[in-house]
Amino acid sequence: MWSRGVLLALLLTAGGARAEESPLGLGREATEAEVAAWDIDVRPDGQGLPEGRGTVEEGGLLYDDLCAACHGDFGEGAGRWAALAGGRGTLTHRDPLKTIGSYWPHLSTVFDYTRRAMPFHAPRSLTDDEAYAITAYVLYLNDLVEDEGFELSRANFMDFALPNAGGFIEDDRWSEPHYAPGLEPCMSDCLPGEAKVIGRARAVGVTPDGGGGFE
Amino acid sequence: MILPRKSFRLSRRRLLKGLAAGGVLGASSARAAEAPAEAPAGDPAILEPRPWSTSLGPGVEDGSYGVPAPQEAHVVRRTVPWLTADPAASVSFTPLHELDGIITPNGLCFERHHSGIAEVEPDGHRLMIHGLVGRPLIFTMRDLLRFPRESHVCFLECAANTGMEWRGAQLDGVQFTHGMLHCVEYVGVPLRHVLAEAGLRAGASWLLVEGADGAGMSRSLPLAKALEDCLIAFRMNGEALRPEQGYPLRLVVPGWEGNLWIKWLRRIEVGDAPWGQREETSRYTELLPDGRARRHSFEMEVKSVVTSPSPQAPVRHGKGPLVISGLAWSGAGRATRVDVSLDGGRDWRPARFSGPDLRFALRRFYLDAEWDGSEWLIQSRAMDEAGRIQPTRRQLQAARGVNSIYHNNAIQTWRLAPDGSLENVDVE
Repeated sequence: MWSRGVLLALLLTAGGARAEESPLGLGREATEAEVAAWDIDVRPDGQGLPEGRGTVEEGGLLYDDLCAACHGDFGEGAGRWAALAGGRGTLTHRDPLKTIGSYWPHLSTVFDYTRRAMPFHAPRSLTDDEAYAITAYVLYLNDLVEDEGFELSRANFMDFALPNAGGFIEDDRWSEPHYAPGLEPCMSDCLPGEAKVIGRARAVGVTPDGGGGFE
Repeated sequence: MILPRKSFRLSRRRLLKGLAAGGVLGASSARAAEAPAEAPAGDPAILEPRPWSTSLGPGVEDGSYGVPAPQEAHVVRRTVPWLTADPAASVSFTPLHELDGIITPNGLCFERHHSGIAEVEPDGHRLMIHGLVGRPLIFTMRDLLRFPRESHVCFLECAANTGMEWRGAQLDGVQFTHGMLHCVEYVGVPLRHVLAEAGLRAGASWLLVEGADGAGMSRSLPLAKALEDCLIAFRMNGEALRPEQGYPLRLVVPGWEGNLWIKWLRRIEVGDAPWGQREETSRYTELLPDGRARRHSFEMEVKSVVTSPSPQAPVRHGKGPLVISGLAWSGAGRATRVDVSLDGGRDWRPARFSGPDLRFALRRFYLDAEWDGSEWLIQSRAMDEAGRIQPTRRQLQAARGVNSIYHNNAIQTWRLAPDGSLENVDVE
């Protein structure tokens, strides 16, 4: 699976490659300005955080203008648009509320996603300072900061851990009992008796029209 | 195979009965209905001249792009409007019940985008590779066409396919329960060739792959997968990618969840850790009953479904020979076996495969059955080359609860009623 041979073949010695080492010589070298223009990602360890700052108060004004119509005045969400706050302690409930405060593991994702894709109708329109301010306000909506004068910046960003930071595990589906090695498919008398219908889609009644059937 | 051989054979008696039935069906046309009551001399479809046989048809459609026959106008993608907040961040579903074989026509491949369809001008499109590389590179579309190319027929399944069915039967049609699935022939450049051009530096172990759409759709991809079999694709089923499928460039990640197949691909950053993007933390993670959530669950699991008959494709012909047709697939590579049950999972019989058997592609199966007109509870169950067996809904719920949203590969049940209609049901 891990193509180590290929990986090693591609690895360069420290110091990087010279142009003539490219196997095909296709493409051209990117300029620093080009990389900077597109390199907008921020990692959980803080790599990629730009210089900048913004307060809860500033973020609240931006939020009311740009975010509240979909995410609600207090981050409670609206219609099918996502809630940003609340839901702490509900992850084990029958109907969990997954928000930044209750579910998201990294604050960096809030900054990254806001700057990358929000507001919905005008992505990439926020300045770095505005993205810091809105991120600070989201912390405030989740009761993770309480002072409206609080200022979030590159300098103090890594001081914040979201409540569910430890809530994730790596993929372990293959250890589930139905995937136990060596199982053979049952071919006869696989149920104790006759199969019984215990649920019906028509009783739920949420299927859109169209697509045939006896209509 | 399982069914007695005689049930496949059309006896002369049945053939004659069938012809008579055809005559009766033909009698339902307005013209025939006015005919005298005595038995017709034969099928009006044969006895009466047809307009297409007695006139000149249209000429070649010079310069046009061919479209399906008007009678096929119902074979379209459909949406579930209540599912998402806005059509620009939504999904449409492939009409699996109307398709056969393994290839999905380009215009019927389901769509999922998060900021609408990016209408990219290919001459102005660039692919950037940077990060832990020997040197950061920019490629134009013309550059990419000069790399060695490969073709792979791959299924693409959204991780949320069947996601509305975790608690039980909800949507009444295979288009809606399983239609976030397509399978096309992709042609493109192996990602490892493009990475080799930039060169990898020590520590390189993850890629960030990102689209040019408004969402800047972004995911972290393990470098090992990128080197193994990922493609940077520009063609699907021979022609350029459709705009809604990422024109002019998309990532192909065989066997792995559709969200990783970044459309309108414009940037690849090489790094030494995952980026914790929104689509791999808030979304595309599976909440378990104990409150923890799985992440980096990339591979699609072994799965199958009967596509016909199904609620949108009822049995209109009454008792007798019935073709049960379906699809099987697995992110492990190949679906190696499919069994079908007609009694809700009590007894099973092997289905037969037909058509291409390609790693990471859909595989078509059939069961040639003889319907006696009674109620059937039709299921299919796949097994893959890793030896894994498609689980029941109960098994999945026992292991994962009902709030996972993603990666629901449970066995599907269709109830075939004596009138030939079908319904999505839950059984135990």
